[in-house]
Amino acid sequence: MTVAPQDLKPRALVSGASFNRGDRVFNRVITLAAFTALFVLAGITVFLGYQFIPVVQEQGLFFFTGSAWDPAAGRYGIWAMVYGSILLSVIALIVAVPASLLLSIFMVFLAPRRVSAVLTNLVDLMAAIPSIILGLWGFWVFQQVAADWSELLNRYFGWIPLFQNSSGNFTGTPFIAGLVLAVMMIPITTSVTREVMARTPPELINAAESLGCSLYSMLRHVALPFGRGGLIGGVMLGLGRALGETVAVFFVIKLVFDVNLFRILESEGGSVASMIVAKFGEANEQELQVLLAAGFVLFVGTLIVNLIANAIVGRTGRLSS
Amino acid sequence: MSSTPPATPAATPASTPTAAGGSPAMQSRHLSVWFGKRKVLEDVNISFPANTCTALIGPSGCGKSTYIRTLNRLHELIPGAGLAGDVLHNGRDIYARDVDPVTVRLAIGMVFQKPNPFPSMTIRGNVLSGLKLSGMKRPNHDEIVEDTLRKAGLWNEVKDRLSHAAGELSGGQAQRLVIARALAVQPQVLLMDEPCSALDPASTLKIEETIRELAESITIIIVTHNMQQATRVSDYTAFFLAAENEPGIVVEQGATTEIFSNPQDPRTLDYVNGRFG
Repeated sequence: MTVAPQDLKPRALVSGASFNRGDRVFNRVITLAAFTALFVLAGITVFLGYQFIPVVQEQGLFFFTGSAWDPAAGRYGIWAMVYGSILLSVIALIVAVPASLLLSIFMVFLAPRRVSAVLTNLVDLMAAIPSIILGLWGFWVFQQVAADWSELLNRYFGWIPLFQNSSGNFTGTPFIAGLVLAVMMIPITTSVTREVMARTPPELINAAESLGCSLYSMLRHVALPFGRGGLIGGVMLGLGRALGETVAVFFVIKLVFDVNLFRILESEGGSVASMIVAKFGEANEQELQVLLAAGFVLFVGTLIVNLIANAIVGRTGRLSS
Repeated sequence: MSSTPPATPAATPASTPTAAGGSPAMQSRHLSVWFGKRKVLEDVNISFPANTCTALIGPSGCGKSTYIRTLNRLHELIPGAGLAGDVLHNGRDIYARDVDPVTVRLAIGMVFQKPNPFPSMTIRGNVLSGLKLSGMKRPNHDEIVEDTLRKAGLWNEVKDRLSHAAGELSGGQAQRLVIARALAVQPQVLLMDEPCSALDPASTLKIEETIRELAESITIIIVTHNMQQATRVSDYTAFFLAAENEPGIVVEQGATTEIFSNPQDPRTLDYVNGRFG
């Protein structure tokens, strides 16, 4: 029997189904595991959101734009902390991104193979240092050193508002907290950027070399554009850690509920995460709810950062002429 | 045509391809090459007359690709690379202490086995990438783009989509784009390392036409595994061979017609007739 061409219908194709029973069970387990992650995420969102809504109803816009922690009056505003998180992250980025890039360029393109292997392991080890250790190191060791640097900066560049200091106390500053965050970011960012650089296709490097190109120009026009998506991903991964870092910042910053716009050598600052850990211990019921609401803000903030990162990574296909 | 026309291949004695061609564009003298402690080439003496095409043939692993990479100092970028003897370009040793490898690589361009246009650049961007990468200044970029793409035999296929991604091109087109890119920095010599081995027959034919045309104005040195290709495109041929665990040597060299019709060495005869390799 023949069927006229116009009567042909596409057959239903059963995709993904397996005749092997073990395979089917395995598929289900994996699907379930994947959805578990989603459920956990949704659960956290709902839980935090549930705490967040009454706080916003109570505090109004002040919760976002104000800077106060006054349990007696029941007034809470976390703007100083939100802004502090941003400021610390920016300082950390300014230090960590160039350091990570240079380190990975050295490891991939310049260092002898053995040196590079040792460095790679060291950097990975650095990533494994618990943040509480870094916090203690920051507090006991690094803070004194960095305070001396700060004093020098202030002495010679104090005429720039950025480096002003009114108290003469150089510890507990956003500068120091930002540097500690940078130390935490560098291993994570470096291990990603190194991987990305190492994947520059050898034939493209060959092409660049045969066109009489210097290392700098090869990096600028071949390796960096090729790995741009991955490089941004690495930076964002590091930034995610910096934004959410709690203990290390808590140890080295003086929490003050007043917006410190840019005077990074002033002994006042904060971040959402370190505020939560600082206030959590002796919080009353209302304070606890406010802290959870602040947690929600942090959560949404990191989510937005990740979305932006995804968007940037997704656009990497863009051409440069 | 050039002022010193290439000698007719048939008239040249088999062992001295340059005899009638004046001073060679390139020449390697007593060239030996190492990777670490392993010697991969021994005492290679070849002269490449200006504005001719020379094919380097021989079985895999005999050092042809290594040899061609010594001619524009790409070899030295491999860790452990070593070299003795010298390579002359226009009579000057390119390995002399005061010679900048970057200028060597600009004067002696290279096309690789696998087409390697820069994927993040447009077609036009790729043609001009050599200028950008090396910092070379040349005016009239539009002219350069058209001129080099015409020489590479690609202009008609891409003239309406110069701003498209280079990734859109087929393998054969990409390889011709790469040739245009190499030509844009105005090299005097173009090295080609099996440029057609990853391509289909139609693309191969186009590239071969391109090579024939280019050989009128620049010196081409091409590594090929394809005997027919060697006879079609080259004026001269050098036959490389490496015995097991021995460095590669040049068994025989001379005019392509001689090498293929009347080789002096029995190994050459066996190889060009497809009895091994």
